[in-house]
Amino acid sequence: MRTHDLIVIGGGPAGLAAALSARRAGVQDVLILERDHVLGGILNQCIHNGFGLHTFKEELTGPEYAARFIAQAQEENIPYRLGATVISISREKIVTYVSREDGLAQVRAKALILAMGCRERPRGALNIPGSRPAGIFSAGTAQHLMNIEGYGVGKEVVILGSGDIGLIMARRMTLEGAKVKVVAELMPYSGGLKRNIVQCLDDFGIPLKLSHTVVEIHGRERLTGVTLAQVDENRRPIAGTEECYACDTLLLSVGLLPENELTRALNVKMSRVTGGPEVDDRLQTDCEGVFACGNVLHVHDLVDYVSEEAALAGKNAAACVLSQQTVGRTVPVTADGGVRYTVPQRLDPDNMADSVTVRFRVADVYRDRFVCVYCNGERIRRIKKRVLAPGEMEQVILKKSELAQPLESIRICLEVE
Amino acid sequence: MRELTCIGCPLGCPLRVFEEAGQLRVEGNTCPRGEAYARNEVLCPKRTVTSTVAIHGGTVNRLSVRTQTDIPKEKIFACMEQIKAASVDAPVKIGDVILPDVAGTGVPLIATKNVPKA
Repeated sequence: MRTHDLIVIGGGPAGLAAALSARRAGVQDVLILERDHVLGGILNQCIHNGFGLHTFKEELTGPEYAARFIAQAQEENIPYRLGATVISISREKIVTYVSREDGLAQVRAKALILAMGCRERPRGALNIPGSRPAGIFSAGTAQHLMNIEGYGVGKEVVILGSGDIGLIMARRMTLEGAKVKVVAELMPYSGGLKRNIVQCLDDFGIPLKLSHTVVEIHGRERLTGVTLAQVDENRRPIAGTEECYACDTLLLSVGLLPENELTRALNVKMSRVTGGPEVDDRLQTDCEGVFACGNVLHVHDLVDYVSEEAALAGKNAAACVLSQQTVGRTVPVTADGGVRYTVPQRLDPDNMADSVTVRFRVADVYRDRFVCVYCNGERIRRIKKRVLAPGEMEQVILKKSELAQPLESIRICLEVE
Repeated sequence: MRELTCIGCPLGCPLRVFEEAGQLRVEGNTCPRGEAYARNEVLCPKRTVTSTVAIHGGTVNRLSVRTQTDIPKEKIFACMEQIKAASVDAPVKIGDVILPDVAGTGVPLIATKNVPKA
């Protein structure tokens, strides 16, 4: 069996940035395994602009952002396999994949980077009553059909869920001549970025109905309509608020789930909140030599942060391959009081970098709160935030110099005045 | 009076813009960016339009495109009409001009994807 120094699973934004960073840190033998027939991952179908403001200081579309990383990977001559679907990985870092050229193949790695991204939550996970006519798509599927395949998806559209992909598709379908009648959101707030609500809905007069959901699907062969109803604070439909919308298309933009089927076989500790593996400040899982980054670790809203996180995973995986990694004891980084999770979930106080970025999301929309960092039970940081929302990822940067020694624990929480 | 939501930051301040004696007055903003955003939105709102055009003889069926810079908001649908009618032949590189002047805006439509010949 052939052994590579580093295998990166996934050739999207995370995998590309991780592979590049590892190569630049001195690992020659890197291999990217990508199941699609092109590199770039989901960016290829995200033809809208708004990518790269942090990384390149300009506003790019998804394919342009991907092309910059693909060009760098090609300049560095980083080998990759396309059409290569990984079907299992083991704790011994043996990767089994299938592809047209190689058939069923096994390769071994000294270090592995998980960069498989995420998938959309499907209709089946929502328990919407009604039959199963054609015309019900996840927003990303509709985006692929329209932007990559060039098909018109529908003419009269209702969108359930106000995640960013749903909002982007509301605008996209409107531009292509469809009538987007309404976007319904179960929660009392939108899960999408403010910019998208303004530029994708308000610009075209598309109503956003908060605290609403689909309670019935109509149609046999093709969707003919949906019934929306308002929900109460327990997200249960309120009788008497039903409203029927005639439509031929229902798009679902109801959340993204990190794609960790492969990871689970490693028996590493998983986070119930993120759906991804738990990692230390190197982005290493509790299986030494296996790192994770991008949407497989936790779902991001900006690709720029994916690239940044992946570069860190690549650099640390390189240190592992080159035997420059010293792993010491780790202390927990816990989320509390309105903070739903943190990444990383633990930190190695003796070997940590001078500064470590901790990313997190909050549980609800909060106004005038303080993001507080406690170290061994003592508050070391208090950052005023006028508004915090679940749809916008937050971060704090911990400096090694400000952490008490010996460090026992870090806790990040929200506090009122 | 116009009501807008500021997109300068996650705060999303609700803005009200009043026109008084030829002057604009902005209310509801909590920082100077909100005022600048509101003025632009009222005086000359602009957007970048992104879409796809048909491409022949390439490795894919659709070529993603965008206007090189922002164009006036009221030209968005005129721009889309021209995009729908356009088609190109592979190969195409990122930045190649697909239409030199889209909808009379003076702004070119450019490719955002590299598509080699099949």
